[in-house]
Amino acid sequence: MIEIKLPVPEEDIRRLKVGDEVVISGVMITARDAAHKYMVEQEAAEVKDVLKDGMLYHCGPVVKQDDQGWHFVAAGPTTSKREEPYEADVIARYGVRGVIGKGGMGERTLAACREHGAVYLHAIGGLAVILAASVKQVQTVHKLEEFGVPEAMWVIEVERFPAVVTMDSHGNSLHTEVLEKSTEKARAISKTL
Amino acid sequence: MDPQTLRKHLLELVRMTACDLAPDVEQALARARDREEGRARSTLEWMIKNSAEARESSRPVCQDTGSLIFYVDHGREIRPGLVAQAAREAAAEATERSYLRPNAVDPITGKNSKNNVGRGSPYFHFNEVEDDNALRVRLMLKGGGSENCGAQYTLPDNTIEASRDLTGVKRCILDAALRAQGFGCAPGVLGVGIGGDRMTSFMESKEQFFRKLDDQNLDPLLAELEDEMHKKVCELGIGPMGFGGRTTVLGVKVGIRHRLPACYFVSVSYTCWAYRRRSLEIVNGEARYA
Ligand code: SF4
Repeated sequence: MIEIKLPVPEEDIRRLKVGDEVVISGVMITARDAAHKYMVEQEAAEVKDVLKDGMLYHCGPVVKQDDQGWHFVAAGPTTSKREEPYEADVIARYGVRGVIGKGGMGERTLAACREHGAVYLHAIGGLAVILAASVKQVQTVHKLEEFGVPEAMWVIEVERFPAVVTMDSHGNSLHTEVLEKSTEKARAISKTL
Repeated sequence: MDPQTLRKHLLELVRMTACDLAPDVEQALARARDREEGRARSTLEWMIKNSAEARESSRPVCQDTGSLIFYVDHGREIRPGLVAQAAREAAAEATERSYLRPNAVDPITGKNSKNNVGRGSPYFHFNEVEDDNALRVRLMLKGGGSENCGAQYTLPDNTIEASRDLTGVKRCILDAALRAQGFGCAPGVLGVGIGGDRMTSFMESKEQFFRKLDDQNLDPLLAELEDEMHKKVCELGIGPMGFGGRTTVLGVKVGIRHRLPACYFVSVSYTCWAYRRRSLEIVNGEARYA
């Protein structure tokens, strides 16, 4: 298990390779479709600091509010593929070091990871309770009114958030690897059926 | 049973289904963990931990609490309409209490009903049984990500060299598992429906999910098919969440229906590791949950 503290320097990210298990601590930000469109089409000045050497998380949380502020009730990852048209630009422009989500991403994002020194991390799908518990504090939220709760940009402080590196900064993707191996295996099994 | 009491029991059924994985599922996850190593093992370990914490705090195991599918066996003295009404009210209250996420969206307007009640939601299937006062309600919460992994094959299917025979059926199952990769939050369970028409074939595949993971198919031929395909699908090496590993699925369950001479459907449904189904039985006025 590798511990990552945010913000994280490029050389630490370059050392990661696909298959590595990590736990992440520090401040990160949630971003879904509306946030990605916004970050690419405009200068998202309010999130520049968190994103520089930071990480963003594809998550539409369930939140609740009380006297002490906002809390994450459920915080599992959402499918990352939808952000493929934007992610490479976001990585390049804001100096993001890690993108967390589920299901993996495409060639453009993989190329951006290689060029700019970033990784894609896969959170475990369905891990609603554990991941919400790893969110220690909601620091602030951007675009809540405009985007709504699931799409808003939540700035959260996490502690020991578990994930697996599935796309690294050297052009490797665990998703492609598993897909290729399993396809080959399926071909062989199919003949014996 | 008066509607109030029934509603209360159904609410508890919904809570249990959403927040407390059935013992056979947790045991299967634990057995899988013991067989694995590295990230496959720790991924399963996280899933097990998550389930334990969900149970303790009455919070949903996964935030996608899925669609509500009720199967109701009832005696002649019990009116299905009343059970359905009580279940709809229970679903709405469960949403208010955050056991369920509001999951019913109008496909045209995009509007969320906010309480899980809408057209065709919850879904009900009624079956009349002999005993006049009998009532058994089974509930499945079927998550959306895993639902996207299902597939229906029309045999013969030349793209996977599946002809209208047992070998063809096996190729369909293998192909569906390959396409699903880890996307439906593996390790899940494959429910397979062979025969029927388009609708009943898919129904048969879904109904498999009400079976216990460690049961044995009463039809020896199907029992053999299930074991063989469980093993072979695991050999694909897709593993928990598609990170690679031995545990690609926790089980394969197969049901058949007579088909039309002209049709040969094989339907494969996928349910994720957050495999949520529970039952409620009313015996002499007393509620028994399982
Ligand atoms: S597939 Fe299942 S575990 Fe994964 S997010 Fe959907 S409901 Fe949750």
